Amino acid sequence: MSATTIPIHAVGGKSQAFEYLTTKKDELIGWARKFSLFPYPFVTACCAMEFMSVSSTPYDTDRFGAALPRFSPRQADLLMVVGTISHKQAPVLKKVYDQMCEPKWVMAFGVCATSGGFYQNYAAVAGIDRIIPVDIYVPGCPPRPEMVIDGIMRLQDMIARSHHPIVTKDF
Amino acid sequence: METKLPNPVRPAFTKSERDDTVIVNIGPSHPATHGTVQIIAELDGERVLRTDVHCGYLHRGFEKECESHTWHNLIPYVDRLNYVSALVNDFAYCEAVEKLMAIEITPRCRYLRTLLSEYSRIVDHLTCIAAGLMELGAMTAFLYLVMIRDYMYEHLADLTGARVTYTYGRIGGLARDLPAGWLKRLGEILDQYEDFVGRVHGLVDRNRIFIDRMRNVGAITTAEAIDWGYTGPILRSTGAPRDLRKDTPYLAYAELDFEVPVGIKGDNYDRYYVRMREMDESVWMIRQLIDMLPEGPINVDDRRCVLPDKNLVYTEIESLINHFKVIMDGPKVPAGDVYSAHESPNGELGFYLVSTGEGTPWKVHVRAPSFVHMGGVHRMLDGYQLADIVPTFGSVNMIGGECDR
Amino acid sequence: MTADFVARLQEGLRPLAAEATLAHGVAVFVIAPGALVDVVKKLKSEYGFDLFLDVTAVDWQPQIPRFEVVWHFYSTLQHVRVRLKARVSEGDPTVDSLVAHYGSARYMERECHDMYGIEFRGNPDLRPILLYEGFVGHPLRKDYAKDREQPLVPYIR
Repeated sequence: MSATTIPIHAVGGKSQAFEYLTTKKDELIGWARKFSLFPYPFVTACCAMEFMSVSSTPYDTDRFGAALPRFSPRQADLLMVVGTISHKQAPVLKKVYDQMCEPKWVMAFGVCATSGGFYQNYAAVAGIDRIIPVDIYVPGCPPRPEMVIDGIMRLQDMIARSHHPIVTKDF
Repeated sequence: METKLPNPVRPAFTKSERDDTVIVNIGPSHPATHGTVQIIAELDGERVLRTDVHCGYLHRGFEKECESHTWHNLIPYVDRLNYVSALVNDFAYCEAVEKLMAIEITPRCRYLRTLLSEYSRIVDHLTCIAAGLMELGAMTAFLYLVMIRDYMYEHLADLTGARVTYTYGRIGGLARDLPAGWLKRLGEILDQYEDFVGRVHGLVDRNRIFIDRMRNVGAITTAEAIDWGYTGPILRSTGAPRDLRKDTPYLAYAELDFEVPVGIKGDNYDRYYVRMREMDESVWMIRQLIDMLPEGPINVDDRRCVLPDKNLVYTEIESLINHFKVIMDGPKVPAGDVYSAHESPNGELGFYLVSTGEGTPWKVHVRAPSFVHMGGVHRMLDGYQLADIVPTFGSVNMIGGECDR
Repeated sequence: MTADFVARLQEGLRPLAAEATLAHGVAVFVIAPGALVDVVKKLKSEYGFDLFLDVTAVDWQPQIPRFEVVWHFYSTLQHVRVRLKARVSEGDPTVDSLVAHYGSARYMERECHDMYGIEFRGNPDLRPILLYEGFVGHPLRKDYAKDREQPLVPYIR
């Protein structure tokens, strides 16, 4: 094998060139996706006040590309579950989550969404990760806007580092 | 692959009465209904014929939770009822328990509670008006009002430690006294408030589009409002000057000079304007209270409920036992029941407490104004356009934590 | 003002109301459940109690009768409140509904029915309001365990 040829098909696995290209593709798509998050603010309770604060001055999610809320699940990619989810609301949350298209991420905003908070009773779901998978948990009752921004930035790191397949097993 | 999700409500009507009407579902995950109310509406074109309003999507079991916590430990739950004006809930609850225990709070505490109640009222009205204007498309007004609200949140965080839900009221007093410089910053914020709200008045009050969208929309008469249980700014917007701060004065309201703004027609515009004027009255009341605030202790000297001084707890055995008993068993509230109501920014917020002499309550019931208002909101929605549902619902200021408890 | 109005009220309601007390500024009358509508009509028409504030119940288990239904009314002109209390048993927790007299009774009676199981005879709409379809039981009763959840969506973990 001469020094100038790069093997395209190697024996027993992906070639180095293929992996280099897919890594760069993942980085590019990750960069694009992390800076253009369209949140679906699934707002229920007190955390809504901090959500309003974090969307406005001086904290401003627009700096992170996550400002424009989309109130249709078909058009959103970040489901921010803001506030307590009761058992009555749980089917609605599941329906909205199912209606979102891939890629989608879920942020549990506040302790009620993370673990039920201090509502450990018959009415509240003890953490939304019991019904839908969650990517980032932002604790606080309600969390300070800086905490929410920290959560968004960590989610952005997670998106940047993750694998973005173009062809998945469902297609 | 998909399992059918159960429907948590049973609608009042599923089939339209006529051939040319359609039934739509609005909510509960909808920005106009604040995420927790479902409105099933029958529409004839754009006109709403009848609505079926479903609340309860934020039912968190507040009353059941309260029965298993001590009288003090449930103050954080009480905070999260009307979470936009959390201090009013704290003080209304603490006053109900103080009535049962026959405690009279100190003068400084009384004036400070009045000041903070009015401060919370401003925050609540700012949030309501900001959200309402944003839903109409006035983003600038929303950003101005939320900015001044943010200053107030940071200011309250200096005092209580938290921005939104404070847990600041205590039975027999308050958690801590004012830090140095707090009143000076309060004066600065009130000046900035007048500047920002002046701009919003300029943008919105005589705006043709705003008037067309809000005038004569969602109107209700005084008799109807009282029949359906409306209190607070909604009742005042119909023209009835009913305000618990004037009618049955509590805290320090009897000593303050303020007016009760009333509307004319009971429509959305009147509700907006009554809230704007109430904020101005609150600012005027706060300015009076800053001058009237006396020196003295914040907490009443009652060992049944107020924790003893920390250095006494560390040195005397009686104080240690007292501290332990109040924390672990809770203050022993004499048996009986009490109904005590405050004028919250939404209306009459009442607490009905039943005690059997223990450190935990037998029953804590909240008479939540938002819940009662939801019973009558269909009177304001029926007969108007579909697009009017958004501003009308916003002007009712339904707060989910209070409505669904 | 309040004291002689309360005295007049006590006089006027005497045959219907068994006990009358004044508790922390609110006039309290204990009535028999069957006398509710008569008392309310009198309160509304003769004494001007136009605002129906609240209806709730207290579970006094293990006392017999178990439930005590509590109503609060407010007079917007006299600025006084009145509380009515009536005991009903566990076997027949039925009282009359006030929907014919006050519009706000609809939702509040629904909530009381949801939480305690009190039946309001005459209320056409007693669907669950704070709870959901399929919820079995009445959570504010003392024999309902606080953390007995009845999930609608199956848990994934």
